[in-house]
Formats: sequence, structure tokens, C-alpha cells
Amino acid sequence: MAKPDYDGPILEIENLSISFFTRLREIPAVMDFSVSVRPGEAVGLVGESGCGKSTVALGVMQDLGVNGRIVGGSVRFKGRDLGEMSSAELRHIRGNEIAMIYQEPMASLNPAMRVGRQLIEVPMIHEGVSEAEARARALEVVRDVKLPDPERILKSYPHQLSGGQQQRIVIAMALMSKPSLLILDEPTTALDVTVEAAVVDLVKGLGEKYGTSMLFISHNLGLVLETCDRICVMYSGEAVETGSVTDVFDKMQHPYTQALFRSIPLPGADKNSRPLKAIPGNFPLPHERPKGCNFGPRCDYFRGGLCDAGDIRMAAIEGDDRHFTRCARFAEIDWHAPIEKSDTTEATAPGKVVLKMDKLKKYYEVAANALFGGGGGTKVVKANETLSFEARESETLAIVGESGCGKSTFAKVLMGLETATEGQILLDNRNIEKTPIEARDTQTVADVQMVFQNPFDTLNPSMTVGRQIMRALEVFGIGASDEERQAEMMRLLDLVKLPREFADRMPRQLSGGQKQRVGIARAFAGGARIVVADEPVSALDVSVQAAVTDLLMEIQRKQKTTLLFISHDLSIVRYLSDRVMVMYLGHVVELGTTDQVFSPPYHPYTEALLSAVPIADTSVEKRHIVLEGDVPSAMNPPPGCPFQTRCRWKSEVPGGLCETEVPPVRDLAPGHQVKCHLSQGMLDRMEPVIKIAAE
Amino acid sequence: MAMFILRRVGVMILTALCLTFIVFFLTNLYPNLEKLAKTQGNFRMTDEEVASYLGRNGYLQPMPVKYGQWLGVVPGFVIEDQDGVTRGHCISQDTSPEDAPRFCGILQGDWGYSTVFKEDVGHIVGEKLALTGKLMFWVMLLMVPSALILGVLAGMREGSRTDRTLSTVAITTTATPEYVSGVLFIAVFASSAVGLKWFKGTATSAADGATFENFFLPVLTIALYGMGYIARMTRASMAEVMTAQYIRTARLKGVSFPNIVVKHALRNALIAPFTVIMLQFPWLLNGVVIVETLFNYKGFGWTLVQAAGNNDIELLLGVSVISVIVVLVTQLISDIGYVYLNPRISVT
Repeated sequence: MAKPDYDGPILEIENLSISFFTRLREIPAVMDFSVSVRPGEAVGLVGESGCGKSTVALGVMQDLGVNGRIVGGSVRFKGRDLGEMSSAELRHIRGNEIAMIYQEPMASLNPAMRVGRQLIEVPMIHEGVSEAEARARALEVVRDVKLPDPERILKSYPHQLSGGQQQRIVIAMALMSKPSLLILDEPTTALDVTVEAAVVDLVKGLGEKYGTSMLFISHNLGLVLETCDRICVMYSGEAVETGSVTDVFDKMQHPYTQALFRSIPLPGADKNSRPLKAIPGNFPLPHERPKGCNFGPRCDYFRGGLCDAGDIRMAAIEGDDRHFTRCARFAEIDWHAPIEKSDTTEATAPGKVVLKMDKLKKYYEVAANALFGGGGGTKVVKANETLSFEARESETLAIVGESGCGKSTFAKVLMGLETATEGQILLDNRNIEKTPIEARDTQTVADVQMVFQNPFDTLNPSMTVGRQIMRALEVFGIGASDEERQAEMMRLLDLVKLPREFADRMPRQLSGGQKQRVGIARAFAGGARIVVADEPVSALDVSVQAAVTDLLMEIQRKQKTTLLFISHDLSIVRYLSDRVMVMYLGHVVELGTTDQVFSPPYHPYTEALLSAVPIADTSVEKRHIVLEGDVPSAMNPPPGCPFQTRCRWKSEVPGGLCETEVPPVRDLAPGHQVKCHLSQGMLDRMEPVIKIAAE
Repeated sequence: MAMFILRRVGVMILTALCLTFIVFFLTNLYPNLEKLAKTQGNFRMTDEEVASYLGRNGYLQPMPVKYGQWLGVVPGFVIEDQDGVTRGHCISQDTSPEDAPRFCGILQGDWGYSTVFKEDVGHIVGEKLALTGKLMFWVMLLMVPSALILGVLAGMREGSRTDRTLSTVAITTTATPEYVSGVLFIAVFASSAVGLKWFKGTATSAADGATFENFFLPVLTIALYGMGYIARMTRASMAEVMTAQYIRTARLKGVSFPNIVVKHALRNALIAPFTVIMLQFPWLLNGVVIVETLFNYKGFGWTLVQAAGNNDIELLLGVSVISVIVVLVTQLISDIGYVYLNPRISVT
């Protein structure tokens, strides 16, 4: 069927309101939302979780489930109201003219259907083409999304592909019918940074090639800057600011947008001299929204009587291109006023060495066929290969790397959940690498503690917060009586800045950030001296991240804790760590102070990693390095240098040395180690990846 | 794949050996043997006579030796009587001791002699298994498709009116035991109580030639009971699959609802009920005891009851061997089928 030509806006959403209906009440999820997408334009939809951005996407698709309903406004696609279409007409539009790319590629692909089947289905439904023709189209599109060996890919099942490959298949599926609008719902959140960079690159390229309009939903401002022309910031169900990317990034006109930018670690932020500014308070629940401006209670510019008087309309900003803000005071606020000087702190000098790793190795033996046992023999997975470093008192050492690089294995070995294969871990000059956690004495257990990634799963759902902290105190043998422990627990709640009433609450009554604070309180219950923070903020929203990070820093300063900060987010690592260790496939490829690692000379992997991280700052210029392919499997690592399969500098090393020998650890400067074959001359010629343009 | 099947067959043989040894041990306990001696000889035997009868017939040998002989891996016993007659495990009335083979156990195809039916156990078991097989076949043919249809229809729109109606039906049938539904069916469809004499209340004649008239009631009775269970499993699995993200993907790809159900959801939804369906085989084999007795259909379950009730040791052993094999083989098939249904599981 031919797609009619149309030259107005592809998508016009006008005053859209969507509510979900439960037995108790109507829950408004999106209110008075307007945005339009012109042909070839990419519009970013940004906001924290729960702000209604995914609901908007499903509203466009008219797929709100049994409980959801559009209660006001309209969604027009190429001038036709989607809400008035019959289900047959909608089916014709879905997948054909509007296609969607989802957050979790694994869950979005049918596990029991070959990839090829899932792809060729699309043109067969919408254009009625023959199977052979559809297959030819699928091959072409799979080649377009830069997947190797398309024939084999089409014959495989989704679980046989890596996360990045799966996401490319989802993108290919969306492009099968050459849609005029692509909705991307957090398309890269589940992927590693270097894979994310490659996928974003691909989406941008394809958008230009096919002239597709895009609605890009993300919580990552940097990503939106890299991909979109226009941006719409959402807060608690409303659009608070829309405009072109440059207008919103450089001339923001809404306090929430401003607060959002101030709470993310941009280059130049520093934990001591320029700390992040967290947004105070919590996100309002849909049925507890305040009167007037939703952001009012958390806003620095709030003025009673004006901001909470009644509904606030979107207002246009003179002189800018379609730039709107939902703020009653935007004209009065001085948007260029410098950030109020928040408390700066003195950098604490690192103390004596408390933890020392010496050539630590952790190998796993896995049966080639775990489910049905035996048969294929065993394989050795080298999860950690000769790790050596020291960590000092009150120092923050960041461990950076993508999934599968061995950073979590290292944490497990340190905690005693696994024992080391070789090498030693010295805690105050005592060897603990062979002592599993059950055999460790209470003091050692209390000394080395962990803050976990996902605060939603790590608290016992059927125990009060206070009880859980008390339990930790009991285990660590702190306090002689329950009264003493009770007092200690209250002190810990104060320490993590939670109100004392929270002691009697259940975890489900807490928000993500509050839960993570409980996790931190528990970790510090025994006066931990070494805390392993495994991606402690990656599951939290940006505005909360800053507050939790600050809290960790503050406790660290007070208690002289050694913090091992495991993360894949280089922006936050740059902001808070003293030293950085970069890992790849079990190897430490680079180790040095933050300045040394973030400026040239780099290890080629660090260079690519830095280039992959999206930065939400229009004044930053970044060199564009995209890594090909995926991280090799740790079951079957490449010979020689672990990074040689993706390294862009490989040709600079004579004699194919990279393919045969694991590079030695070299000292480039005091305290700066790199595991690379590149000659000193080559390393010296490296240019910085990130440049901040002079203003 | 071949390696996997080979390994599973090895495990199966081991399991079969263990299970049959347990049954052998229990049936060969002395009180059982004493009862056997008295039924075979006369009921007024003294303890000495019982002992000498058992000794003559080789029952007093050590348990592992007897098990080995029954299995056919230990040479059958040969005992010379006081009166000069040579008796042996492998010697029957019409073979002379010289011609008798050394080994005769189930491995040689000699399953022993049934004291109830006065016939070779192998012959009885084969015949009865065929009869129950026929019943099972028709039950499966009726039960599985109807259960799947019921489950899929109920599960594809969770909470809808169709779902609630079909779920009620499924729960009712599962909650009604066969001896209740069987009796009800006979009363309604076969007796003069209601007057609808559509079917026959007995299935004895079905052994020679099954017709709709004489065979439908027992088949329906069993099928209904099993159907509700499978339908509930299918419904739960279907309802879960329908909320999966890949179903949303299919919907937003523009796939029509019938196609979503058939092409995208069905295969995923069948993975869990498949195991349950395969578990119905062993249940059918022995669980049909009630129905076979009720409709007087002389099948495998009926034979088991007869053997157990009459202390027919060799028949009981034969029946249990077959049961064990049927259970293990169906489970093997179920595992292999699982691999084909669920591409995420691989055996190679």
C-alpha cells in the first residue's frame, strides 16, 4: 500500500492528557502535553523516571493497555487523528509508518522465533510482499545496521546474539517498512557505553539516510544533545520546557531544567571546589502533585501566591525558535546569575595504605555445558588477570570498565564471596584472599563492606528499615544492649540524612534514593574502613544521583573511608575519584590519578571509552571514536593483548606484537601505568578526546 | 544430541534397576512368600511344609541372587529333590532338565508365570498394555487439544469474560474425581435413571472392538479430569506470555491479534504445559485403575489391581517393570521435545 505524501508536521501532539484508572482513583500520568515533530526532525523527550515520557510514547502508539485512556487533547499523525482510527487503520500505521525501538532488546524480541522470521514479518503484513522479497529486504536492512554475516544472523535466535546485536536487530525491525516516524524509548540504557556510542551513531546515520523523524526518549541529557535537534523536558507528567537543543542547553528558561543541569557531573565539576547541586526533596507521586507548579516545592525561585495559585500555561520565549517554558516567573529570573557558591571543602590527603592487591588472579572453571553436565570438558574463564594496586585511607579509587570486564568478580573476591585463585589481598598487611566470608572474623567483615547497585532488590521487603540496620549492628557486635543499638541506628539514620521516623517504615514506602541511603547506612554500620560501591547510583535518577554521591563523599571525609567506586559512568568517576583503574576483559589496562587517566597519553581503550560517554554540554568538543564489534567473550579471549580485536592503534605497533604477546605493564609517569605495546613516541602524539571550547 | 540421549538412556537403565529391585524386595518378603506357598499348596500347611515348599522352589536363596535370576544375569537355580525330581528356575513341565537354558529372566524374555491368570506374565502384560494403550491414545486425542484450546482462549485475554467462564469450567472438571464424574456419566447417559441410553455403561466389549458407543464414556471421564489441569497450566502460561514485551513489540509491529496469539505467543506459552502433558502418561497408566474398574475394562490398571490383590508376585513385578519403563521413556521424550520447543535450551 502506498504511503500518502504529506508535508506538514509528521506528529502533532496537542494538549494531550493521559490517565490510568485504578479501582481507587484516576491517576493522571500526562497532562496538557504538546509537542510536534517535523519531517526529518529528531525530538528528544527528557525526564526522570515516572515523569510520563514512556506514557507519551505509548499514547502515540495508542497502546495504553486496559487501564490507560486518553482523557484530553489529540495525537495527530500526518494530519490524521490517531485516537479516531479503527483498530485496522491503527494496525496499518503501527510498524509501517510509526515504528518503535525499545529499552530492553532481549525482552522485546520473541525468544522462540528466529530473528529472520521476526524481521520479514513486517513487510509481509504491511506490503503483502512475498517471503523471498521480504527476506531480501531483511538481508539489506541487517547489512544497513552493520551486523556481520547477515545470513547467519537471520537464522539465529535472539539469545544467540549479544546485547548490542539484539538492539541492532530491534532497530532493523523498526526500519523494515521505512517508517516516517521512529519512537526510541531509552534505546541504549541497557547497553555498555562503547556499544551505546556505536548504536547512537548508527541511529543518527540511518535517520539521515532514510529521512526518518524521531522521537527520542531518554533520561540522559548528553545523549539527547548528541542525537536530537529539539528537546522537550518533562517533569511530573508535564512538559516544562521545549525548544531547540541549543536554546534549552544554553539559554534554559525553567528552574527544573537548570537544576537538572546543575546536578549532573559535567567536565569542570569537582567534588571539592565545585560540588554538584542536588535538587532538594522528592519527586511528587501522581496523586500528591501540588497545586500550581509541580516543581514549586523543590524550586529555589518559588514564590507563594504566584507559583501555587493555579495552573501554569506554557509561555513562548520571544526571539527563540519555538521555545516554550512552563514557569510563572521566567521573565523575572536572572538566568545568567552564577551558581550560588555552595560549601567547598578541602581535599583530604590520602593516608596510609590499607588495602594492597598483589598479582591477584581469579579463574573460574566452567563446564562447557552447564545444564546437561560434562561432555564438552571444562573451560577456564580468566575473570581477573594479575591485578596489582594499592588503596589508601580516605582515598577514592574508581574501577571502570564495561560489563564482563571483571570488576564485579574483583569485588566478590575482596568481599570474600569468592576466594582468589592466585596472588594476595593484604588488608593491614594481613592476607585475606583465601578466607571466605564465613571464615572471616567480625572485625574484618565490618571493615570491608559493600553498597550495592540496585537498592530495590537489596533490602528485605518484609523488615522495617530500622530493623535491618539493627540487624547489621548485631552481626557486627556493636552495642551491648538493644537500647544502645537503637541509639546507634538513629545516629546512622542521621548520618545518611534520613528522618528518624523512617526507622519504622518498610522498604516499599521509600523512594529509590532513600533506599540507597539505607543501604549506605547498613554498609557503614560497623564503621567500615573500606567500602566497595558497586555502581551505587546507576539505578537512580539524575537529580537523586548527585545527592547520594554527595552523601558518600561526606561520610568518606568524616570517617576517612577508602572508597572503591565501581562504575561505568566516566562523568561521575571524573567528578569524585582520586585515582582511576580501567579494566578490560580481566586486565587492568590503565591505572593512574584522575588527571593522568583523563588526559593523554591514554590507553587506546580509555581513549575510546572517553569518547563514547555523552556529555551534556554544548561547549564540549569531542573526538569521535567508535569501536567496532563487541567485547570478546571471557570464555574465549583473543590471543595477545585483550583489546587488540577492537584497537584502532594496532597497526602502529610493528611486527603484529599485539596479536601474540600480552603487553607488559609500563610506568608512564609516577603512579601512572598502562598496559600497551605502543611506543612512547606514539603515546606522546595522542590528542585529548575532550576539548572545552573557549567561550 | 546422540550423546545426550545415550547418557539419558544410561541413567534410565540405572533408575529402572533400582526401582525394580525395590519392588522385588518388597514382594519377596517372607510373609508374602508364606502366603504364596499356602495359596499354591494348601491353606493348612505347617510352617515346616511352607519352608520346604519355598526351599524347593528356590524362594529361600539370598535376595540379590534371586533378583539376579529374575533379571537373567545369574544362572537359574537347579535343585534336586529328595524324590529325585530336578527342579529349576528355568525348567518347566515340558522341558527336561538337560535342555533347559542356564539363564532365564526378563532379559531372556521369560517374565515368569502368573498365578492368577495361569498364563505367561509377558503375554498378559503385553495384551493389557495394548488395551490401556488404546484407551490412553483416545484420551490424549481428546484431552490435549481441548485443554490447549481452552487454556489458550482463556489466557489470551486475562480477566475477560471468556477467561472467567473457561476457567470455571476447567476448575470444575479438575475438582471432580473420576469416580464421581464416571458414576454421574453412567447414571445420566447409560442408565434408565435419566433415560438417555446413548452410551453403554460398560466398556468390556471395547477390548475386542471399540466403538463410540462403548468407549466414549471412559475416555471422557479420564479426559475431563486431566483436561482441567492442563488447561489451567496453559492459561497461566499464556496469560504471562501475553504480557511479555515481545508481544507488545508484535502488536506495535502491526500484527493482528489472531496472528499474535498463533505465531508469537503459542510456542512460548506451550513450553510449560508440555512438561505437564508428558507427566500425564504415567498418571494415565496407573491412574486409570479407577476408571478401568468402573467400566470393567480389563486393561493395565485393572491387571495391577488383580495382581496386587492376589499376591501374584511375578505379574506384579512385570507390571512394575513396564510402568517404570513407560514413565522413564515418556520423560525422555518430554525432555527432547522441550529442547525443540525452547530454543534457549541446547543439549549439544
